[in-house]
Amino acid sequence: MSAPDHHEHIVAPFDASVSFDELPDAPPSQAYWPSATGWIGIAITCFWFLIAIFGPWLAPYGENDLPFPDDYSEFQASREGAFLGTDVEDRDVMSRIMYGAGRTIGIAFAATLLAYFVGVVMGIGAAVSGPRVDMVLSRINDAFLSLPTIMLGLVVVAAVGSSIPVLILTAGFIYATVVFRLSRAIGMEIMVMDFVEAAKVRGEGRWWIITREIWPNARMPLITDFGLRLIYVILFISSLSFLGLGVQPPQADWGSMVRENLGALQFGESKLAVIMPALSIATLTVSINLIVDDVSAHGGGKLSKRM
Amino acid sequence: MYGLILRRLGIGVITVLAVSIIIFIGTKILPGDAAQIRLGQNATPENVKAFRERLGLDLPLYQQYLNWLFAFVRGDFGVSLASDVPISSLIADRYLNTVYVSVLTAIIGVPISLALGILAAMFPGSLYDRVLTFISVSLVAAPEFFTATLLVLVFVTFLGWGNAVVVGSAEGKGFFELIVHFALPITTLCFVIASQLIRMSRAAVLNVMSSPYIEMAILKGVPRRRIILRHALLNAIGPIVNVVALNLAYLVTGVVVVEVYFGYPGLATLIVQAVQTRDFVLIQGLGMIFCMTYVILMLIADIAAIASNPRLRHPK
Repeated sequence: MSAPDHHEHIVAPFDASVSFDELPDAPPSQAYWPSATGWIGIAITCFWFLIAIFGPWLAPYGENDLPFPDDYSEFQASREGAFLGTDVEDRDVMSRIMYGAGRTIGIAFAATLLAYFVGVVMGIGAAVSGPRVDMVLSRINDAFLSLPTIMLGLVVVAAVGSSIPVLILTAGFIYATVVFRLSRAIGMEIMVMDFVEAAKVRGEGRWWIITREIWPNARMPLITDFGLRLIYVILFISSLSFLGLGVQPPQADWGSMVRENLGALQFGESKLAVIMPALSIATLTVSINLIVDDVSAHGGGKLSKRM
Repeated sequence: MYGLILRRLGIGVITVLAVSIIIFIGTKILPGDAAQIRLGQNATPENVKAFRERLGLDLPLYQQYLNWLFAFVRGDFGVSLASDVPISSLIADRYLNTVYVSVLTAIIGVPISLALGILAAMFPGSLYDRVLTFISVSLVAAPEFFTATLLVLVFVTFLGWGNAVVVGSAEGKGFFELIVHFALPITTLCFVIASQLIRMSRAAVLNVMSSPYIEMAILKGVPRRRIILRHALLNAIGPIVNVVALNLAYLVTGVVVVEVYFGYPGLATLIVQAVQTRDFVLIQGLGMIFCMTYVILMLIADIAAIASNPRLRHPK
């Protein structure tokens, strides 16, 4: 056995195009390919996002139209012209779900983006600007984290009333606390890693370090957490709406539709008016969760345990 | 260890104070004040002024806060703005319903979910494990009112048992009568906490299973059942108690939704009504009760984690 052969077997098989004096710009990223449950999650989530965007154009009626003006009975079963039946005020359930999709998903998405913006800026800020700032920010954050989210929501709605901007701001700031903690932890953990040190010693600029060293390592936890946060925000907004403190009637929203039509369970000929909006929320959040679970299983499964 | 627990208790007290400040300020930034709301639109400015003095609203904010806090500690929650009834008597009528449902959920839901989760950890990758994981992944993300709707459809609509709302009073009922009385709310909440508990207890046991001393036991030839019940479970107790306390804390949200869904009077429906009528004194009192329950359960979770972990118990 000759020496060069021996050497070849010890070194990990490198890509032919990569040599030692020409390192790749970023660490090689493992390609993520969803499993079967991942695909199911992606398909259903995409379906709801498309409905959220195009719902108002696809809906057969307006959200407060009465398709059967001569019919005053509540909770009618599905029939010609109202595929999913009609609700407590004789409106088409399917049209209202399609209008509500945009509102429910839009509010939740905007709130999650806001939570991420505030949380990441503050979290990274706390990680880089010294122990004193960090301690003050962390203590304030802990106080808010130790409150049940629904109680914070109730206090805010009681103080300033409920409207869509209020809902987005409230949910955004409430969930920014969790993002703050996560991004601070990730930032602190990565900043002291040897490879960041090495990059600094090599003389790399701050931008290079953030985009090439920190981001590839912080990416997976942050993206999967974004999915989780989106689920919690959807549940939070829907719960508030269900309690009558979120999106106000006559605007359609999945949570408030369940509330409005609760009587159908007892008295109605058709129970679709309460089943369908509840099912819509459940399919949306469960499918997002399937994606999150799939992605985090791919990345070592730490997030699925933490949830 | 005691130092650590004492420190954690201290942080708990500070947290409760911080929470009280948040709730107090939150209910103070409203337009108009308590005197105006209480007296209505037609009150003369003199009336409002006199009433403000009686309620202590003319004092500086910090003094109002301290007065409110000390009254709260003494158990004096004040008088409801909407109904002019002392809040303690409003609560007295309703708190039992909330307590019954939460406690019964804990008594029934926790042991079942832990057993299911540990069983799944005993046979990881089996069909049972995979089905259970899929169900709990699905249920963990579903809203409470979806689970409640499913239960009503199955039990009330198709099987024709009972009613879609909780009717009547729980007063004077025995343990099993109470379970029947609150069957639907309890089952809903059990599903809510079960999905989390199953996942987390399974993960806690599996986490211990990957440690070297378990590998040693396997190599020694100890039977699998004995390894899990005698070796792994004892070390997983800390994380599991932690998970249980955390999930009982999450019940706070679930209880609010379930009470409104099944339409029976409890503390949660009371706070929702208070928000709708903008009854700030009532919101302050109930908000403190809910938040303190939550903080105390979180505290128990932390202390359980410290007490059960030798590395935390004897810090270097």
